[in-house]
Amino acid sequence: MNGNQRPLALGYIGEKPEFWQGVVSSGPILLGVIPFGITCGVLGLTAGLTSLETIMMSLLVFAGASQFIAITMLGAGITGWGLLVFTTLLVNLRHLLMGASLAEYMVKQSIFRQALLSFLLTDEAYAVTISRIYQNGYSAAFHWGTSISLYITWGLSTIAGVLVGNYIPDPLAWGLDFAMPATFLVLLLPRLTDRISVVVCAVAGLIAVAGAVYLPGKWYMIVACLGAVLVGGMMEGAKAHAK
Amino acid sequence: MRNEILVIIIGMALVTFVTRFSCVALLRQTGMPAWLERWLTHIPTAILTALIIPALVLPRGQIDLSLDNHYLIAGLLATLVAYRSRNIIATLMLGMGTILSLRLLG
Repeated sequence: MNGNQRPLALGYIGEKPEFWQGVVSSGPILLGVIPFGITCGVLGLTAGLTSLETIMMSLLVFAGASQFIAITMLGAGITGWGLLVFTTLLVNLRHLLMGASLAEYMVKQSIFRQALLSFLLTDEAYAVTISRIYQNGYSAAFHWGTSISLYITWGLSTIAGVLVGNYIPDPLAWGLDFAMPATFLVLLLPRLTDRISVVVCAVAGLIAVAGAVYLPGKWYMIVACLGAVLVGGMMEGAKAHAK
Repeated sequence: MRNEILVIIIGMALVTFVTRFSCVALLRQTGMPAWLERWLTHIPTAILTALIIPALVLPRGQIDLSLDNHYLIAGLLATLVAYRSRNIIATLMLGMGTILSLRLLG
């Protein structure tokens, strides 16, 4: 770190090999993001948004699930500010947990960079970054590479959806929507090395399925995560006590 | 660009940013307390599981454990390959190939 560093200094970060490792590691997930971005663009127009409005939403909100929900609500004639914004808040509450989990690694960067990285925090960026931490430790450049490549891909694929979406027969029908769960599987399995992790995984899976049936929106993720983490924390506590 | 839509988009952008940044900003001040760290260790496993399992078990919004659920079948095969190979590309190719061929056959 030197004094004449540019405030954003993304060029500086882009020179590090870890940045490109972050981009490459995100590759399979990017492949899965593209059809969702295209679908988002198509849905925006179908719901009566203009091209610019649809693209601005992707660039400013940058949260797939809540965008789909908001677009669907707008298409159904629900245009109340409070309802749309509150729904977005609920759908994105899960990011609190991801932010808490990444916070300790991000402290060495300036508050401005932390804010920008947080703006770019998604399920996908979190999954790829936390797996890198697990394998090789945290790298800020890697985190940036993952975050920026996801942002650009989401923006460009929304634009593609707005421009050419109507010529593409259902972009989600090619099996590409399986790219995300498949990638998450490869990231998850190496973590299941001890008994507590396996229990946490089983509890999270069971609550997530029950929650997806009975709870609205993305609440199942929050409930599953809290429930599983509670069980895991208690087991860690019991283990620490036994020593 | 209509004003009421712009205001909605800005509101959505703000609350999304708040959910993403508030924990980072809070823990920045205090550091990570040890008791919290113990609870946070398992968040990645829990989140990854919560992302994967519903996508495979309820691809259409209700529980589907039948052979017609292509995502579940592809997911089980992909788990096997992911476990054996730890290779993203192999897992992806097999998983997506399974979904595509089941769709074409079915």
